[in-house]
Amino acid sequence: MKDLETLVQQFQNKDQVAFKELYGMYSNSIHGVVYNIVKDSSIADELMQDVFIKAWHKADTYSSKKGRFFTWILNIARNAAIDKTRSKAFKQSKQNLNSDYFVDIITSNDNLDRSTDAIGIKKFVTNLGQKCKEVIELLYFKGFTQKEASEELQMPIGTVKTRNRNCIQQLRDMVL
Amino acid sequence: MDINAYIESGILELYVAGQLSEKENQEVYELMQQHPEILQEVLEIEAAVVKLTAAVSPHAIDFESFKGKLGNTETKVVDLKPQKPNWISYTGWAASILLAGGLLWTLNNKSELEEQLQTAETERNYLEIQIEDARENLAATKNLLNAIRDKDIISVPLGGQGDFANSYAKVYWNKADNTIYLDAEGLPNAPEGKVWQVWSLTLNPLIPTSLGTIDDFNTDDNKIFAIANANESQAFGITLEPEGGSESPTMEQLYTLGVVASTP
Repeated sequence: MKDLETLVQQFQNKDQVAFKELYGMYSNSIHGVVYNIVKDSSIADELMQDVFIKAWHKADTYSSKKGRFFTWILNIARNAAIDKTRSKAFKQSKQNLNSDYFVDIITSNDNLDRSTDAIGIKKFVTNLGQKCKEVIELLYFKGFTQKEASEELQMPIGTVKTRNRNCIQQLRDMVL
Repeated sequence: MDINAYIESGILELYVAGQLSEKENQEVYELMQQHPEILQEVLEIEAAVVKLTAAVSPHAIDFESFKGKLGNTETKVVDLKPQKPNWISYTGWAASILLAGGLLWTLNNKSELEEQLQTAETERNYLEIQIEDARENLAATKNLLNAIRDKDIISVPLGGQGDFANSYAKVYWNKADNTIYLDAEGLPNAPEGKVWQVWSLTLNPLIPTSLGTIDDFNTDDNKIFAIANANESQAFGITLEPEGGSESPTMEQLYTLGVVASTP
């Protein structure tokens, strides 16, 4: 695998091959994040592609000093998905969004069985404590800040940070 | 710096989540360059999160299926499943646009009509004033005509004198009500600081008696002035005098003079 930094630079120079590789690395994640927000497969398909097209056109605004490339595109995705849920058309068509967490989606996701990580992920989410589910949902999928998460979960800011560390640690043990 | 404590703090997990400030991001970036164990930690956190989030994706979409859209303009993406057009909404919008347009049109029309009405109103008022004026004029003229047709009236033409041969005037004298009507249309406007003064004269001996000045001469429309005269006048004269009038007529400024024909 090419060095990520080189890949991103080539992407910024409008190299479609590099872009294809980055897409391969992150498109499923971005798809997952937006799907978890909009809870609609075809809207998520559309949004995910939107996000990558936007990233392609805005490539020059990214700088590795500001954060990880994945984090950058994750941010674009969450914003796009949240904007979508605020649009009139979306509200009209989705009166009752189910409140499933990413956990529920993963456990009911048949598609996962094809993936080599499937067993680890499913095991992870099955064993995951409620607090971990909530913290990961808010920080990674919903884009809550540490402070917003602490208010939502009614726990001190410091606790959000350390709990999240422990949860991600468990995840790493399962899937890496 | 205690690298382990830094890693254990959980800041790197927040870094990957994108929840740090710009300054903190910069700091983590620099530490990653200096400490391989921090970079390694970030890579592992990221890898774990990438896998977790990917597990939520309902299905994969391969790159080729949307590559063609890259060249297109900025944001527009063609829907994979074209949405059913929301006809109710479209119709609603169309209706409200039409309605708004209609309202604007009506409003515009209304204010135009109001303006026209206003203009017509003004014109009507103006015409009314003109009619009123004409009626007054007519009444005044009738009065005047009646006055000079009166059987008791004596008409005295006043001829131009000396340098002022072009000037003329006429006096209609109603002895019964001691009034003269002076028709002074043949006199020029009085210059600035001067005023016309009317005199009643007896000829033997020559004694002038002032009948007063005509202060509103220049502004009067028909140049006919009613003046009280209780004298046994034998002649009338008009002189140009300094403003306020004079005790006795300035003979160099005698414009017109006329003698009363002796009563038959």
